Amino acid sequence: MSHTRYRVMEAGEARRFPPEAMARIEKILTRYPTKQAALLPVLWVAQETWGWISKEAGEEVARVLDLPPSHVDGVLTFYTMYNLRPVGKHLLQVCTSISCHLNGAESLLERCGKRLGIGLEETTADGKFTLVEVECIAGCDRAPSMMVNDQYFEPMDAGKLDALLDRLSREA
Amino acid sequence: MEKVLTARIGKKDSRSIDTYLADGGYTGVKRVLTSGMTPEQVIEEVKKANVRGRGGAGFSAGVKWGFLPKDTKGKPIYLFCNADESEPGTFKDRLLMENDPHQLIEGMILASYAIRCRNAYIYIRGEFYDGARILERAIGEAYAKGYLGEKILGSRFSLDITVHRGAGAYICGEETGLIESIEGKRGQPRIKPPFPAVSGAFAAPTIVNNVETLCCVKHVIDRGAEWFLKIGRNEKNAGPKLFCISGHVNRPGVYEAAMGLPLKDLIFGAEYAQGMKGGKKIKAVIPGGASAPMLTAAEIDDCPLDFDGVAAKGSMLGSAAIVVINEDACIVDVAKNLSKFFSHESCGQCTPCREGTPWLYKVLTRIEAGQGRMEDIDLLARICNQMANGMTICVFADAAIAPPLSSVTKFRAEYEHHVTQKRCLVGARAAELVTV
Ligand SMILES: Cc1cc2nc3c(=O)[nH]c(=O)nc-3n(C[C@H](O)[C@H](O)[C@H](O)COP(=O)(O)O)c2cc1C
Ligand code: SF4
Repeated sequence: MSHTRYRVMEAGEARRFPPEAMARIEKILTRYPTKQAALLPVLWVAQETWGWISKEAGEEVARVLDLPPSHVDGVLTFYTMYNLRPVGKHLLQVCTSISCHLNGAESLLERCGKRLGIGLEETTADGKFTLVEVECIAGCDRAPSMMVNDQYFEPMDAGKLDALLDRLSREA
Repeated sequence: MEKVLTARIGKKDSRSIDTYLADGGYTGVKRVLTSGMTPEQVIEEVKKANVRGRGGAGFSAGVKWGFLPKDTKGKPIYLFCNADESEPGTFKDRLLMENDPHQLIEGMILASYAIRCRNAYIYIRGEFYDGARILERAIGEAYAKGYLGEKILGSRFSLDITVHRGAGAYICGEETGLIESIEGKRGQPRIKPPFPAVSGAFAAPTIVNNVETLCCVKHVIDRGAEWFLKIGRNEKNAGPKLFCISGHVNRPGVYEAAMGLPLKDLIFGAEYAQGMKGGKKIKAVIPGGASAPMLTAAEIDDCPLDFDGVAAKGSMLGSAAIVVINEDACIVDVAKNLSKFFSHESCGQCTPCREGTPWLYKVLTRIEAGQGRMEDIDLLARICNQMANGMTICVFADAAIAPPLSSVTKFRAEYEHHVTQKRCLVGARAAELVTV
C-alpha cells in the first residue's frame, strides 16, 4: 500500500479524549471480544474528535486500548482514510479508477486543482480545501464520482463542480 | 424475471422496518425460530439451493457453512458480512444496504442461526458512511422490535450485529485480510490453510459472506431451494443476480436478472444498459471487475453472465461488475489505469506482488507515453508469469495480472503501435475522450 498522506511530526499538545469520546469508546468496547479489535472504530473516534490523527492522538488511542503505540502506528499507516496530518475543512476525494477514468475523472480532477490553485495532497491557504485522488468508491454508474468528506457527489460535471466549490467556499 | 433482491428498492421508506414488515419481512425469521426448524435444516436448504458466493469466488455458501467444526471446543462462531465492496466497477452492495438494510439483516439473522453465531459483524468500507448510518438505524429498529438481541422472539436464539467501518484498503475485502482488520491489525491476508471456517477471527471458526449472498439466503428460506434453483441457466448457476454495468453505455446502473443473463442483453437490452453511448462500437468488456481478464467484442457474443458461462470464455464473473469500453479508448491506457489501482492496493507482504504491481504500472506508463521498447511488451507477460500461480499468499496478485496479460494477448497491435509509432493507434487516451 502506498501512502501519500504521510505523517508530519508535530510537537502538538498532549491529547486526551474528551468525556463524550470516552463514552463512545466504552460503548464500542462492549461490542468486541478484545480491546485490540476496537482499534479501527476508536481511530475513527479520534479522527472525528480532532479532524486528523497526530502522533499524540495515536498514543492516546494506544493508551485507552492498552496497545503498544507502535502497533497503532502500523495500523494507522496501512489504511488510507486516516488523516495523518491536518486536512482542509472540505476533503475533496476524486475517484480516478476505471469507470470514472472512462468518464472524465482526470479532467474533473484537473479542474478542481485549477479552481482551487492547489495540487494533489495540498490544502488551500485558507485551510478550506484539500484535494486528493482516490481509488474506486463504488460510484461507477454515476461516474465521474467524488466525495467531500463523508458525502458523495455524483455524477459530476464542470457546472456541478463549480457550483459545489462556490457553495462550499461561501460557507463559513 | 420478477425482481427479488431489488423488489423493494425505489419504494417509499424502503429502509424502515415498518414498510419491511408490511411487505412480509422477517416472516422467515419468525417461521424458523418458532417452527423448530433446526440450524442443520437451514444449512441443508441453503446447500440445496447452491447459493454461490456473490463476493467474487462463487463458492457455495451452504457448503462453506458445512465446513464449520461440529465441536468448536467452547469457542464462539463468528459471521462477518463482507461489505467492503472495493473492486473497481462494483456498486451493488451499496445499493442493497442503502435502500433495503433489513433484507440484509434478516439474511444475517438466518445465517447466524444456521451456523450458531452469537455475534455477527458487518465490515463496511469506510467510504460508505451513509450506508453505515442507515444500517445502524435499521439494526436499532430490529433490536427494538425483538428481532435482534437476547432470546429473539422468545426463542433460545440470541444475536448481536455490529457495524464495523473499514478505513480505506481494498485488500480488506479478501476474507482473511478482513479478519485481520477486524482484529485491529493491518489488513494483510493470511496463509491458508487454516481456512476461516476452521480458524478465523480470534482463532475461532468464522464465516465470511458477501452482502448479496446473505440477502439471497433470506429469499431461499422464504421461498425454498426449489424456487431458487429454477431461476437461472442451470442448477449450478442459479438464483437472482445483481449486475453492475458502467463505462461507455447509455444507462449504467445495477440491474437484477436471472443468473445467466446474456452479456449482450445486459449491454443492449431496453430494460438494461440500452447500448453504447453515441452508438460507438465495443472494443473490450471487463466482465467481472478489475480482476477479470478483458473480453473482446467478438467474445461477448453468446456469453451467459454466470460463474461457469464467463469462466468458459477464459474470464470470470467475479463481483458481476461489467465495464464496457468503446472503440475510441486506448487499451494501453485502460490497462495502465487498472494497474495503477493494483499497485496502490497491494498489501506488500509478498515480494512478487509488492514489486510486480508497481513494475507493471511503470512499464505500461512507459509504453503508453510512447517511450516503450518492443521488449517491454514481452516483459509485461514475463512479469505477470512471475507473479501468478500460487507464488503469493492471496489471489490479489493473480487479479493484478489480468488486465495487462489479457490486453497484451488480445490487443497486441495497439501495444506495438505505441512502441513503433510512439503514439496511440486510436489517437486518444481514455482520459482525453471525455472532459467534464
Ligand atoms: C483481493 C480481494 C478482494 C476482495 N474483495 C471483496 C469484497 O470487496 N467484497 C466481497 O464480498 N468479497 C471480496 N472478496 C472475496 C472474499 O475473499 C470472499 O471470497 C467473500 O467475501 C466470501 O463471501 P461469498 O462466498 O458470499 O462471496 C475479495 C477477494 C480478494 C482476493
Ligand atoms: S498477494 Fe499481494 S495483496 Fe495478497 S497477501 Fe501477497 S502482497 Fe498482499
